[in-house]
Amino acid sequence: MEFLIEGFQNITPQMVVMWLIGGLLIFLAIKKDFEPALLMPMGFGAILVNLPLSGVLNQTMSGVGEVNGIIEWLFNVGIEASEALPLLLFIGIGAMIDFGPLLSNPKLFLFGAAAQFGIFFTVSMATLLGFPLRDAASIGIIGAADGPTSILVAQIFGSPYFGAIAVAAYSYMALVPIIQPAAIKLVTTKKDRMIRMPYNPRSVSKTVKILFPILVTVIAGLVAPMSVQLIGFLMFGNLIRECGVLERLSDTAQNVLANLVTLLLGITISFSMKADAFVNVQTLMIMGLGLIAFIFDTIGGCLFAKFLNLFCKNKVNPMIGAAGISAFPMAARVVQKMALKEDNQNHLLMHAVGANVSGQIASVLAGGIIMSLVPGMIA
Amino acid sequence: MPENIMNNFMLSLELMGKGLLGIFAVVAIIAAIIYLLGKIPSKKEQDTKE
Repeated sequence: MEFLIEGFQNITPQMVVMWLIGGLLIFLAIKKDFEPALLMPMGFGAILVNLPLSGVLNQTMSGVGEVNGIIEWLFNVGIEASEALPLLLFIGIGAMIDFGPLLSNPKLFLFGAAAQFGIFFTVSMATLLGFPLRDAASIGIIGAADGPTSILVAQIFGSPYFGAIAVAAYSYMALVPIIQPAAIKLVTTKKDRMIRMPYNPRSVSKTVKILFPILVTVIAGLVAPMSVQLIGFLMFGNLIRECGVLERLSDTAQNVLANLVTLLLGITISFSMKADAFVNVQTLMIMGLGLIAFIFDTIGGCLFAKFLNLFCKNKVNPMIGAAGISAFPMAARVVQKMALKEDNQNHLLMHAVGANVSGQIASVLAGGIIMSLVPGMIA
Repeated sequence: MPENIMNNFMLSLELMGKGLLGIFAVVAIIAAIIYLLGKIPSKKEQDTKE
């Protein structure tokens, strides 16, 4: 009868902690609507992989030999082998994005770039806490506010903190409406937040919308070759959307592909949430550093806008800089809401959306540049 | 502060400089190209003018 209690005999306190963390993620996803598409599968997966002798992980059974577990297999094939799952998701994300507001006002690109400051600031903070550069870079990329980019960089660098990084990235993306307003108010005045920006978009031709993804891929790929997989798949999805002759594929990418990969990605990431890898002091440090990354992304964007205002005749509302973070469309909505709160006639949404989508490109670029630079620095 | 931490911190500052410069350079080039492409009138606009 011992086989009936073998599972119970192998429970460890760390496993119980992971069950509670899994439960918390499920609660946040369902009750609070925090990125439910990822946090719910991650939470449930965390419970699955932390049950003793769990069949979702590879096990050696006496008399049978090695038996493959489905979650471990999904991780080995879908993430470890070629980072396939996050990259395929990028096709769907690219197909969902309308770059029109950005293309009609190209100077908004700069705010997307500025809002990546938090990534590099966090890398520096992580090194001061004792993390080696490769791990610090994997942690800093949480500031990209982009799940697939964070997962890809952490995986390519072989980070042992992959699970914590994924949880931090998706949790803080969901917390943008709470984190950003506080960070914006730290570095802006009421007068700053009340700056109005008239919206006079230039028309954008279909040719430009088609050339844009190709140009971005080529230019980014030449500067940071390691970014080609990220940028390339994102722009491939966008090209499918904009070419006008692949509506069925565009629809599939935006819906079926994105949903299917999201479903698998969440539960696959949970492989890295095994108790022995997750329950440690470094996880808490990474959660703290992830928060710093998001805060300093926001601060970096706002301060850049204020710097530009020293030279520009037509002032930029500094909150547009905060919208350059890649969390789309939440960051744009936060800025619109804060602007209306200060002045109910001040509609900044389209400017914020332009900066927000530029952040999508800039965050992917940041990931690619980090992947290109860090190996050479370590060597 | 231990030497390896200082070394890593200095490398991270170098990464910050090169990284942000790289991102700004790429987006500036892209923005400039998009701005110039927007200056090219479309065929439809030209037909309308004629």
